Amino acid sequence: MRRGGRLATAGAAPGLLFAAPALAAIALFFFVPVAAAIALSGTDFDIYAVASRANLRSVGLGNYYRLAGDPLFRTAVRNTLYFVVVAAPLSIAASLGAALLLSASLTRWKPAFRAALFLPVVTTLVAVAVVWRYAFHPRIGLLNALLAPLGIGPIDWLGEPRFAMPAIVIMTVWKNFGFNMVILIAGLQSIPERLYEAARVDGARARARLLHVTLPMLRPTLVFVTVMTLIGDLQLFAEPYVMTQGGPAHATLSVVLLMYLEGFRWWNMGYAAAIAFALFLAMLVPSLVVRAMGARGEVA
Amino acid sequence: MRWRQGSGSGLLVAVVGAALAAAGGCRAASDADVLEFWAMGREGEVVQQLVPEFERRHPGVRVRVQQIPWGAAHEKLLTAYVGEAMPDVVQVGNTWLAELVALGALAPVAADLAAASDEFPGVVAATAIDGERFGVPWYVDTRVLFYRRDLLRAVGVDAPPPTWDGWVAAMEQLVRGGERYAVLLPLAEWETPVILALQHGAALLRDGDRFGDFRSPAFGAAIAFYRSLFRRGLAPGAGAAQSANVYQDFASGWFAMFLSGPWNLGEMSRRLPALADAWTTTPLPTFTGAGPGVSLAGGASLAVVRTTPRADLAWRWIAFLAEPAQQLAFWRLTGDLPARPSAWHAAGLAEAPRTAAFWRQLARVQAPPTVPEWERIAAKITEHVEAVVRGGVALDDGLAALDRDVDSILEKRRWMLDRAEAGRS
Repeated sequence: MRRGGRLATAGAAPGLLFAAPALAAIALFFFVPVAAAIALSGTDFDIYAVASRANLRSVGLGNYYRLAGDPLFRTAVRNTLYFVVVAAPLSIAASLGAALLLSASLTRWKPAFRAALFLPVVTTLVAVAVVWRYAFHPRIGLLNALLAPLGIGPIDWLGEPRFAMPAIVIMTVWKNFGFNMVILIAGLQSIPERLYEAARVDGARARARLLHVTLPMLRPTLVFVTVMTLIGDLQLFAEPYVMTQGGPAHATLSVVLLMYLEGFRWWNMGYAAAIAFALFLAMLVPSLVVRAMGARGEVA
Repeated sequence: MRWRQGSGSGLLVAVVGAALAAAGGCRAASDADVLEFWAMGREGEVVQQLVPEFERRHPGVRVRVQQIPWGAAHEKLLTAYVGEAMPDVVQVGNTWLAELVALGALAPVAADLAAASDEFPGVVAATAIDGERFGVPWYVDTRVLFYRRDLLRAVGVDAPPPTWDGWVAAMEQLVRGGERYAVLLPLAEWETPVILALQHGAALLRDGDRFGDFRSPAFGAAIAFYRSLFRRGLAPGAGAAQSANVYQDFASGWFAMFLSGPWNLGEMSRRLPALADAWTTTPLPTFTGAGPGVSLAGGASLAVVRTTPRADLAWRWIAFLAEPAQQLAFWRLTGDLPARPSAWHAAGLAEAPRTAAFWRQLARVQAPPTVPEWERIAAKITEHVEAVVRGGVALDDGLAALDRDVDSILEKRRWMLDRAEAGRS
């Protein structure tokens, strides 16, 4: 402790100097724009204001009041929550399942499987979207061809409001679970083998070993994966943007997509900035909650 | 589009701005006699074929065509304006003109081009903002009725009725005793309800386009009629209309008519060769009987960017594309209807069976209000009219909600107009 204190007084100047370039970059490219965006959210910046700054008015919290009463925003929030509640658990479960399978001692060609399952993560989304649009096609699509023998009959995945969001969920989970899988594999490898040996000696079967050794030891990794997945899923944008443009009938309109449309299609920058901050606050809450849960788990 | 920045839209603005500034810098450094032209979709693809003739007439000049997909065009234009990366000449959908003019992005049409008489007055009106013209129509677009002649004949209707009453009677005949409909009206489109409202004489906006005028009796009557087409089972309701393949269903007789524009002339012939002469087009019917009924003045215009250093060359390029000969060449390449009546006559389009309906319709077209907010207002019309048609909302409540939403969209416009008036007095 003492050593640290001495460092802080004697070494502050050179330390700051070394950190300065990074700090300047962060300030310039993060804090300044964020501050500008906060300021923007208190104005009615729109195309008229682009033409002349004299057309810019300060509206205080007006954008936030408007947001609270905007049915389109409510739809977007509902859609985003729907997506998070369905896609996040599915995605984590798929990752965990794949990680456990790939860590099992019986599995062969592990690197090949790992690479194959990771491949969707590194594939360009636009290319993926083109392929999935064929897979979702009502008449010639792969999905409907698989469902037809079960007597489930042709679903217009991207054309019908009820099925559009499930379609986006399916595609997103497929595309993203590989990333979490790799992290979970790393987490699994860090669990000491002796714990399993001890459990086996105590007579624990596979199921008990999973519940009482693997999952508790994996807890920090799972917390990290959950937080990252929640943050990523709350920012759902690119998938509906390339697949459905928010349609049909706003069924896949997410909060970030609404922000994009308000900001860059209609150029209502003030309102879009307010949406951005509402989303920021909305993401802060689950992140803090999950982190708190994780911290308690580590202490206990 | 790989963008996952939630909390820092400001950051994105900065990045986009920087990228656009860089793009603008590149352009400024290039040859002074290169004319940059942005065109959308299919037009952007084929206009390249008209370039050699222009370059032959203007030695030393090069035209660089940049093709932009329609879906991204609106964002791209606004972002380019903010980033000072605009080209010299742009193709602009007529309903976007007001917005770009409000930005001060476009130059008024050069006097000699504005004085041209070889044009459709209804379409020209769509390019004028507060009395001043900002675009030269490149091609024209309006909606007419496409219908199955054979199906109508089968129920004893030989000639298309001139009035809606006549059409409704024919439609009732068509749907009798069969699992089918008479007319396809996609609920996601604002055009049909707006056309019906214009036919009833609705103004859409009031008080110098300061407020919505959707609770007017005329607009209400139009929407009530529109809704009745669904309620009587003449038009397929929501879900069915969305998922259908228009061409197949038209060919199978699932519905016998739909309102559409000139792009479907080519599409229909290409996709449904088997139908041959079974379908044709006719101008819109009216409520009063003195036809044809009003339709929308659509299409795209060519405009010169206000800040271009090559304004003279830019106008010569536009004048070239507006020449009847080039208009005809363009019609052959794209199927877009020429904006010059003389080109119609030269090719016999005004008399040809399927284009004649467009020719007659173009004499009775009206532009939607030329306010920058129109696209957003149109989206609101779609939303509320759809709710009324689906039956969840009473007609009066839906139109009151529409008025409320549109009034709030126009709030800024009212403030600006009032301020301008206060400054003048």
